[in-house]
Amino acid sequence: MMAGEHELIAQLLRPTPPASTRLPRRLPLAWLGLLLPLALLMLAEVAVRLAWVAPNLLPAPSDVLVTLQELAQQGLPGHVAASSLRVATGFALGSSLALLLGSVVGLSRVAEALLNPSFQALRAIPSLAWVPLLLLWLGIDEAPKIVLIAIGAFFPVYMGVASGFRDVDRKLVEVARLRGLSRVALARRVLLPAALPAVLTGLRTGLSLAWMFMVAAELIAASQGLGYLLTDGRETSRADIVLAAILLLALLGKLSDSLMATLETRALHWRDSFGGASS
Amino acid sequence: MLNVHIHRKRFAGRAEPVLGELRLSLAAGEMLTLVGASGCGKSTLLRIVAGLDTEFEGQVLLDGRPQQGLSRDIGYVFQEPRLFPWLTVAENVGFDVGQGYDAARVSALLAEVGLTGYERSLPKQLSGGQAQRVAIARALYTRPRLLLLDEPFSAVDAFTRIKLQDLIIELARAHGSSLLLVTHDVEEAVLLSDRVLVLEALPGRIARELVVDGAPRPRLRSAPRLAALRTEVLNALHAVHAL
Repeated sequence: MMAGEHELIAQLLRPTPPASTRLPRRLPLAWLGLLLPLALLMLAEVAVRLAWVAPNLLPAPSDVLVTLQELAQQGLPGHVAASSLRVATGFALGSSLALLLGSVVGLSRVAEALLNPSFQALRAIPSLAWVPLLLLWLGIDEAPKIVLIAIGAFFPVYMGVASGFRDVDRKLVEVARLRGLSRVALARRVLLPAALPAVLTGLRTGLSLAWMFMVAAELIAASQGLGYLLTDGRETSRADIVLAAILLLALLGKLSDSLMATLETRALHWRDSFGGASS
Repeated sequence: MLNVHIHRKRFAGRAEPVLGELRLSLAAGEMLTLVGASGCGKSTLLRIVAGLDTEFEGQVLLDGRPQQGLSRDIGYVFQEPRLFPWLTVAENVGFDVGQGYDAARVSALLAEVGLTGYERSLPKQLSGGQAQRVAIARALYTRPRLLLLDEPFSAVDAFTRIKLQDLIIELARAHGSSLLLVTHDVEEAVLLSDRVLVLEALPGRIARELVVDGAPRPRLRSAPRLAALRTEVLNALHAVHAL
């Protein structure tokens, strides 16, 4: 026993090799970000269990998980699917329109002079201001929700595409001109790849805005979806449902953003940049 | 082969023309160098010949026919490599109208510039000298009869520059291309060319023409005749206040 103890102390006293000094520093740093949320969750759990706060206002994290499990059996997949479908449709609609109009504006000075001021003016309108109008025009069905999401996704993508095309290095364009490329070929083979970083950034921002506007749209009028769950939770005073929906929104948003980030890294592997396209 | 007559070239918003009355001609296979102070319009002249700049008073004749716009008979090597970063080396060299490229020709050209096996590399993996070699191979891809070089070696180190200078001479001879070179490097001028044109600035005009005759190729950098010519070019540059 004693010998073993001495050995242990000797081991502890022995200077650590330089290679290992870096590892324990890096590991805590990466996990440091989890410290605060975990501590808060623990605090919330303890606070509820010790009855410091009313559980109907702040449900214990464990209760939220239980609620999630219950919801999963009561049509939660349907809610998630409905919301995801809306985001996908709205984003597809808004971003493809933005890609089209953005490239027209980015490619042609005439189109830019003609269209850009109007788009900039429209962009200045807080997008939620469209809601009453959309409800008036399109009723309370799917259409106004999809359109609102599309509006949300449109502008970041439009800005990314238009500025991306406009900022393409003149020097590269000259090389293509020397080869006698047509305008269409120039756009496809030089301008589009050169503008891709800005376009992808726009698409990524557009996607996260699409999630945001989906919630806004569903909060107003919906019978299914995560936004509906939020409203439902509030109306039935079920904070646990609200929190469960928020948690799901965070997860879905992060998931889709990670997918976009992966796509971005793949598509831009040729970029000679510092640190790559991570996060 | 090439006849350039520029009456005047001025940039928008500038009162003084950047190029004045200027004539130059280039025979097939000839190598001509333009030297002169910064801003004397050397690069502008090259851009006009290439057809990149069409807003000038004058005429560019290639084989007696007036040039309108860009010609595939003219290859251009810029000061910087200007490779498309998203394309591989081979795709950069074979970048042309239409899809796809002649892989055999691309490989042959890459071999000629000493980059065998780099076909699938990306530009970001190349050094500055290698990237410029790729740019030279790309300029040769369309089998141009005239190669325009705008300070092509100014951004690479001295050793690379010497290698690239030898390479370009070799390639121009092998491909039978004429060479029109803009440079700040007087040694490069006398080493590479058959004739050196010294330009004066504002407006850009030819102040002096020096013929680098009798010097056989490949020329030795240490040849006394070249040293004498270098002094002559330097004197001419002094005379036009370029130095």
